[in-house]
Amino acid sequence: MINVVIAELRKLRRPTLLLSTLATVTALSGLFTSLVFLRINSGGNTRRGETVTALQLSQETGLMYGFKLVGVFLGLVALCVFASQTAQEYTYGTLRNLLVRQPSRMKILLGKLISMKIFAILMVIFAGAVSIALSYLLAGRAKVSTTKWGTSHALHLLGQTSLNLLIATICYGLLGMILGLLFRSPISAISIGVLWSLILENILGAVISSTMKWLPAANFSNIGEGGSAAASYQHSLLVSALYIFGGGTLVAILFKRRDVAN
Amino acid sequence: MKQSAISVSGLTKIYGERKAVDDANFEVPVGSICGFVGPNGSGKTTTIRMLLGLISPSNGTGTVLGEDIREPEKYLPRVGAMIEGPAFYPALSGAENLRVLASLGGFPISRVPELLAKVGLADRGKSKYKTYSLGMKQRLGIAAALLPNPELLILDEPTNGLDPSGIQEIRELLRDLSSAGTTVFVSSHLLSELEMICDHLVMLRLGKVIFTGVTHELLASQEPIIVAKPEYEVDLNKLVKLVQEAGHIVTVIESAVHIKALPEWASTLNRLAFDAGITLQSLSPVLPTLEETFFEMTGADE
Repeated sequence: MINVVIAELRKLRRPTLLLSTLATVTALSGLFTSLVFLRINSGGNTRRGETVTALQLSQETGLMYGFKLVGVFLGLVALCVFASQTAQEYTYGTLRNLLVRQPSRMKILLGKLISMKIFAILMVIFAGAVSIALSYLLAGRAKVSTTKWGTSHALHLLGQTSLNLLIATICYGLLGMILGLLFRSPISAISIGVLWSLILENILGAVISSTMKWLPAANFSNIGEGGSAAASYQHSLLVSALYIFGGGTLVAILFKRRDVAN
Repeated sequence: MKQSAISVSGLTKIYGERKAVDDANFEVPVGSICGFVGPNGSGKTTTIRMLLGLISPSNGTGTVLGEDIREPEKYLPRVGAMIEGPAFYPALSGAENLRVLASLGGFPISRVPELLAKVGLADRGKSKYKTYSLGMKQRLGIAAALLPNPELLILDEPTNGLDPSGIQEIRELLRDLSSAGTTVFVSSHLLSELEMICDHLVMLRLGKVIFTGVTHELLASQEPIIVAKPEYEVDLNKLVKLVQEAGHIVTVIESAVHIKALPEWASTLNRLAFDAGITLQSLSPVLPTLEETFFEMTGADE
């Protein structure tokens, strides 16, 4: 298993993928955190036009606003990376090489999963670091006090938020991996995944609002938020786990049984 | 009897109503270089994929290096393979692609420079795979197949895209590997190449094995030809009549007659021609080439 993880990490660390992903994460994290602080007096500095005041940002949770905003986008980046890394094995024809060198298909699948989780951890840590650094940098200009940000409770909350965002990011990534294995084409997997998460779920939710409680991407995002009034954190964890387990089992069976004929 | 590196019995693969491989039975002796030939769509690649555990057989059994083909994890660490051309990650360098596969198989990374040198890519190992020519890609595929220092090497069309000197290098490489004890199972369109290096052959047609055995036995079993050329072209018809009267089938190709007869009959022909006042410029018994035999047996142009 460790051999598969090492081999997969070799692919993931290639500069074009790693640097472009980190650049995207930096840009998104920087953009959202900057918006929170720079538009503090203009109103509508956070999600859906809501406003977070300087007083709110001065609280122990102040450090998390920018970081949380980038959550759903981290998920989408993970979805794209996981989907392309899985589906490209079919389009490049490299799956046959992998299976000749490691005939256990489950080891290949689990090795890919572990390596991509490591990649997701790196993404979340990087996004958090950029957001925190920018928050401290912009706090003075926005007249936000940072004294409560360093308390042990604030650090505990930061840890909790990071963990929630990591779970949400991995859930999105797993959705990408499932789609990659189902469609065996990076373009199809990514376009369907992004279209579903960003557009179709929101249309469904707008037409029948109760469905949002049961849709996968909405629940993944809700985990990143730490729960909401519409759905509790535990509910979203459970629904997401069911989706991942169901989809994962289906593609694992397909991956194990399907002939590799390309 | 020599032990078999590959042995299949009744191996069959059915897709819908089509039998891609139909009741295949053959053996590849340990240490041999065995050619795997057949027209396009005859089931070569499907057979190779079944041997490598990529496709499950619909019927039949098989062993590779003494292990059941349904348990590929038991023998694949000792097998090197290149199937249907090389396939690598375009954004990675040639060397990094090999490192990925070496890591995956648990082989020492230190083998990578040595293998790149072996296939003539030492100076291009750091270049991205997507910048490689077809011949270079092919060489990288062969290097990847050699990663495990294999007991059995399975190559599907290894000389595709190689120039004549590249083909010669691969021929020598395969001979060296065979001398060192590696069994080589190789499919190729270049039958003259296979004839030069293969001591065994497996021939497929429409998914069925139509010949399996020693190459020279196959060629020897083919009807030999005697090629005779008269000194003067005006004697050509006279010579044809002479051969026909002796009860042999004859064809005129350019200014020579091709006679279906045993090599020993050449001396009789020489006497008959002399008695008839025909001077022969050349007279030679010829065995059919593998290519001619292949076309005759498969009835196909590849």
